[in-house]
Amino acid sequence: MNEHANPLCAALLAGAVLALGGAAAAETRILNVSYDPTREFYRDYNQLFATWWQEQGHEPVAIEQSHGGSGAQARAVIDGLGAQVVTLALASDIDAIAARSDDLSPDWQAALPHNSAPYTSTIVFLVRAGNPKGIRDWGDLTAKGVQVVTPNPKTSGGARWNFLAAWAWALRGNGGDEEAARSYMAELFAHVPVLDTGARGATTTFAQRGVGDVLLAWENEAFLALEELGPDRFDIVVPSVSILAEPPVALMPGNQGSEEQRAASQAYLEHLYSPAAQALAARHYYRAWDTSAAAAEDLARFPDLELVTIAEFGGWAEAQPRFFGDGGIFDQIYEE
Amino acid sequence: MRRDTSALPGFGLGLGVLLSALALIVLLPLAALLARGAAMGPAELASHLGSRRVANALALSFRAALVASAANLVFGLLLAWVLSRYRFPGRRLIDAAVDLPFALPTAVAGIALTALYAPAGLFGRVLEPLGLRIAYAEPGIWLALVFVGLPFVVRTVQPVIDEIDPEWEEASATLGASRLRTLRRVVLPVLAPALLTGFALALARSVGEYGSVIFIAGNLPNLTEIAPLLIVIRLEEYNYDAAAAIGLAMLGISFAMLFVINSLQVWSRRRIGHA
Repeated sequence: MNEHANPLCAALLAGAVLALGGAAAAETRILNVSYDPTREFYRDYNQLFATWWQEQGHEPVAIEQSHGGSGAQARAVIDGLGAQVVTLALASDIDAIAARSDDLSPDWQAALPHNSAPYTSTIVFLVRAGNPKGIRDWGDLTAKGVQVVTPNPKTSGGARWNFLAAWAWALRGNGGDEEAARSYMAELFAHVPVLDTGARGATTTFAQRGVGDVLLAWENEAFLALEELGPDRFDIVVPSVSILAEPPVALMPGNQGSEEQRAASQAYLEHLYSPAAQALAARHYYRAWDTSAAAAEDLARFPDLELVTIAEFGGWAEAQPRFFGDGGIFDQIYEE
Repeated sequence: MRRDTSALPGFGLGLGVLLSALALIVLLPLAALLARGAAMGPAELASHLGSRRVANALALSFRAALVASAANLVFGLLLAWVLSRYRFPGRRLIDAAVDLPFALPTAVAGIALTALYAPAGLFGRVLEPLGLRIAYAEPGIWLALVFVGLPFVVRTVQPVIDEIDPEWEEASATLGASRLRTLRRVVLPVLAPALLTGFALALARSVGEYGSVIFIAGNLPNLTEIAPLLIVIRLEEYNYDAAAAIGLAMLGISFAMLFVINSLQVWSRRRIGHA
């Protein structure tokens, strides 16, 4: 209860910092409140956009980034962090903002193409080099002696995608029998020795601490782990079925100070769909919609697999309370 | 209650500053928590606290804090005794190192301990084959809390040991007492109030500890999930009431424990005639 500062304090502090920054320069500012694994992507995209925006004959724009756990970031925005745009891990976090502030309309997700998700990802397995436990698909995760590392779906957006991907596989394998899917999930979590609070923490536990045989991870996070920690230490295993993870973006209409700022924020989000930005997303291991400008070697990294969508779960508005709400399916697994 | 006997003026100003600072920093947030609890009513409070998971998290938090503080009581007393009674090379260095847990971000301690005691870590590699699991199990939580609480016992006991005149022990010995009896009847009674204070401080500090524990605990519901983490989880669910309910439960239990310790302290002070 010490490290977790009051969100209100955080918001006030951030507000003060922004106010100071605003007084120092007259250029247009955009604060992008995002989640953890997008740091590298947005660092590059912000440069790309700033250059492009000025080429269009506008005033220079300065973009500030804030990263953290997706849920905690959503709470900071609700408590008053003045974001011009939010780019979070899942729609239910932006739904939470829409439900708790008047600024954002409930149908925000229709504002931009592809459910306002300019780039997507999926959930794959990261295993130790050579795949010593022979893990090929979801069914192998509950074999005797296999330990699975995944973060806690209560505190991690990525872990919710993990959970739903596993559920989708179990449901298909059992002809839609929910009871069978439930018992598979209970068995799966009996093989989990550590529940970290975030995706990065789980990657560290698996890769650096040597815990577990398989890590359920964002595809982009798995590629990043390979690149950062050595391709000879891990292999990526692609399951037969996974989920199309759509990290969405939204404009916060109430936090636009001027017309210029609103125009820049709107363009900032729309330009994410441009071929150049899509190519950048592909380079940062996100699956892009428009691959016309992307490098062939970037695209070759993404294997084809069957992807279910969140729509099959009735959208996040239905899936969030049912699976991850207080007393939901995840809670029931640990109450039994 | 103005005490005119003091050589220095400023009681009125001092008290004013103290009360406003206390109100702003301590009382206001606590009052907000209590108000939130009062608004819920007993039935709703009970429904937030009634699950097995909450009970397990609270039990774990207080059990681990008690175990760690008890270990610190023994270890801290030894350390304080050695530091204040003996002169040896490197003493000042060790003395300074005792304060490190105060200064170091607890997350750093948690990560360092996890790296050492994880199954692939330096110590974990040796302990795991012996069937001893430290990181990602309850002993890991004890370890983190021992680290966090250690300076409280050492720093409260040390000045009192400095005050004990070795002549008391010599007198006790010349009167025919054994070493153990001297320790039990002469030294420990004088140290008891300070030991209890140190214990209470270490306990209070470790009950609410979050930063170091989440890295080493494993965080499995019902097994290694501490109450402060459950509060964070409830906040992630936007369930502020349930978070406040767990916070209130921790506040209540901590208050009761500190009350008992303080009573013990008053009793032990009276016994040795310090009151």
